[in-house]
Amino acid sequence: MAGLAASFGSGAMTNSIAELEDSDCILVTGSNTTENHPVIAARIKRAVLYNNKTLIVIEPRRIDLVKHATLWLRQKPGTDIAVFNGMMHVILKENLHDAAYVAERTENFEALKETVAKYTPEYVEQISGVPAADIIKAARLFAQAGAASLVYCMGITQHTVGTDNVKTLANLAMLTGNVGLWGGGVNPLRGQNNVQGACDMGGLPNVFSGYQVVTDANNRKKMEEAWGVTGLPDYVGMTMTEMLPAIKKGDIKALYIVGENPVVSDADLNHAIKELKALDFLVVQDIFLTETAQLADVVLPAVTFAEKEGTFSNTERRVARVRQAIPPLAGARQDWQIVAEISKRLGYAMDYQKPEDIFEEIRKVTPSYAGITYKRLESAGIQWPCPTEDHPGTVFLHKDKFARGLGAFFAIEHKDPAEMPDVDYPLYLTTGRLLYHYHTGTMSRKAVGLVEKAPECMVEISDLDAAQYGIADGQQVRVKSRRGEITAKAQISPKAVPGTVFVPFHFAEAAANLLTIAALDPVSKIPEYKVCAVQIEKA
Amino acid sequence: MSNPTVTIDGRAVEFQPGQTILDIARSAGIFTIPTLCYMQGTNPTGSCRVCVVEVEGWRTLVTACSTAATPNMVIHTENPKVEAARKNIIELLLASGNHNCLICEANGECELQALAYRYQVATPIYANPPGAKYYYEDNNSMIVRDFSKCVMCGRCVRACNERQVNLAIQIGYRGHHNKIVGKCDYPYIDSDCVFCGSCVQACPVGALLDKNAIGQGRPWERRTVRTTCPYCGVGCQIDLHVKGGRIIKAMGARAIPNEGRLCVKGRFGLGFVDHPERLQTPMVKKNGRLQEATWDEALDLVASKLKEIKDQHGPKTIGGWCSARITNEENYVFQKFMRAVVGTNNVDHCARL
Repeated sequence: MAGLAASFGSGAMTNSIAELEDSDCILVTGSNTTENHPVIAARIKRAVLYNNKTLIVIEPRRIDLVKHATLWLRQKPGTDIAVFNGMMHVILKENLHDAAYVAERTENFEALKETVAKYTPEYVEQISGVPAADIIKAARLFAQAGAASLVYCMGITQHTVGTDNVKTLANLAMLTGNVGLWGGGVNPLRGQNNVQGACDMGGLPNVFSGYQVVTDANNRKKMEEAWGVTGLPDYVGMTMTEMLPAIKKGDIKALYIVGENPVVSDADLNHAIKELKALDFLVVQDIFLTETAQLADVVLPAVTFAEKEGTFSNTERRVARVRQAIPPLAGARQDWQIVAEISKRLGYAMDYQKPEDIFEEIRKVTPSYAGITYKRLESAGIQWPCPTEDHPGTVFLHKDKFARGLGAFFAIEHKDPAEMPDVDYPLYLTTGRLLYHYHTGTMSRKAVGLVEKAPECMVEISDLDAAQYGIADGQQVRVKSRRGEITAKAQISPKAVPGTVFVPFHFAEAAANLLTIAALDPVSKIPEYKVCAVQIEKA
Repeated sequence: MSNPTVTIDGRAVEFQPGQTILDIARSAGIFTIPTLCYMQGTNPTGSCRVCVVEVEGWRTLVTACSTAATPNMVIHTENPKVEAARKNIIELLLASGNHNCLICEANGECELQALAYRYQVATPIYANPPGAKYYYEDNNSMIVRDFSKCVMCGRCVRACNERQVNLAIQIGYRGHHNKIVGKCDYPYIDSDCVFCGSCVQACPVGALLDKNAIGQGRPWERRTVRTTCPYCGVGCQIDLHVKGGRIIKAMGARAIPNEGRLCVKGRFGLGFVDHPERLQTPMVKKNGRLQEATWDEALDLVASKLKEIKDQHGPKTIGGWCSARITNEENYVFQKFMRAVVGTNNVDHCARL
């Protein structure tokens, strides 16, 4: 998000899901789309199989999409920048870039040119392990396609160089003139149903709704008037990943957590749990007594999506209605009502009768949502920015001009991950999701069918590594990092690259995040879930 | 140059080269050609033959869904010859299995039943002998396959291969032994099937069933509610089928962005909603243990503790995590509460995880 915002002026997915079928070349990297966004993967596979489009997959694991790929580059974990700089090197060398686009719509091109000069395919091969010839092939396929689309997910952002990774992708898209047209763009896939909406609504330490920064006095004044308060805080707050370590230091005394389960989802869990236990006061609002709720001082029962009215904003910025299908569970309450009740007790009444009243207020203070009404959403979702009620919504961003004016190139160098394999911990660990589960499993592990297909944690390992450590398929193995250890079943899989094991993070009883490292990207504060060093042995 | 034309039921209609007779008829407002194996957005196969129409000068009747129009065709979508053929075809489809509607899940929304009714086809003259054995698969917790109801229309195969592109099932064997098969004709649970359930949604009869919906209510007893899936960020539109305050099943809505598709989580992963472990009462920690409390007790405690900490240590020492699982409205209210009432910008959610 931070990366794209710096390059383009807006952090959201630039194009729409349906456009993927028309994209001439789709480059998927850091996204196991078939398992994490199956319905988007269907579009990508349709583009390849039925529309004869090109698919490039740049991904260490042999994910399902590789079956359909025109070309697959298998880079070492954490070497994405090198690979993409290598592609740009080839594009510039062979003069395949869109010079007119670069001249008209971007800035800082010279710095990029200078930086990628040393990333020859041979040099990149040394860093990433991708054969030089494949880098050249990928560069040509991507640059010579009509409209080329970049699709990525947490495999790009969950690194200490996550922001730089994203900027590098933005560089590649701008260099080839692929931002601001149908079927192109830089498309981060949001992993959770309303993660886009939570960001849009100001669920971030630095912005109000619609990405209006809190440090701007005008924005604060606007909100103070709308909310009837004075003295809104003027500093950038802490991110989740900063709040946890601040607890021990005494900088955070109380947390109010809604619908999150950091006791399973946070990096370096042993640490995170200790921090949470050190709080003076912890409130958890959720639908189940999650691992985090068990640590709370107060637990407030909320209702599920099926019991509430409202809106979600999907990965392509589409605001769509959530409609109540069943009556709320007796005893549980709507999330907004709970917050309003606490607010009232603290002397600030929130007089909303229904979610639509809140939405009307959102429209008033959020220019990108101003034209969206419940009435308009009755028939179909609308993509923001939608400034007025007669505006149809925006299918793709940056059409004639970037949100920030000129698109900015950033000169970015490859950096190694925070923790690399060594003699003691010789394997890479990478974490992620399975098709059958979702995040910490709070929801998906309560569904019989999903549990049937994926009942327990597994450690995905290549046949070569399995042979080296004498591990048989289905055997219990212990995976250890400098921070913790877990035991789970080994799964010898062709997906795994030798030297790397993969563990899903859904399973609290074998929580992958006991192993992961809490090294953060300096800008986005995202932990490096995708790379750390581990050892493995028979349990 | 103007577009070529055909004559359908006496009306001249323009068309684009490549359009099928069915496409042209529908774009001309003729929706009476019956279809069964046809499925919009996938390649037509003409396998069920129920959409046959007469083209003047052609030797046989042709399937409207899979026959491309040619200029100046004269087409009849309804006449005695066409009707007789359709009746015969429906009779053959009925004869292919055990189409007893009494406790069939599809009763009321079955397309074969609707055709039989429209053309008044009762018991088929020809039929498999009584006691004929059909494949029945009920060894997973999501999908039941009952081939006594299968008419081999192939819609499930096209949903799997063309719509969802999971490439898990195909039409296997030959002739009378035709059957829908997964990898090596293994049951779904042992095949490459990823249980997106698109085949269930595509099935026009009662051969593929959402196991959890069996016996839970007839179509006319259910209400459907269009909403947005609670899982990943794609934002698939879902039609929840509800009866008596319970979700019976979920179907992919024909809407942007999913166009009818769902994945295994959206279709079969909603069991958490009425799970017995759902929290039904607030809890407050007393003597180191969480104990049930009233709402007032819990809310008062939250308010007083937040106030106490704010007064003693300042608003900066309080943090709030909103959520990617709750609605826009709720996230907005939460950040407003943290900023305007608590007085801190320590607001964040799980976007980074």
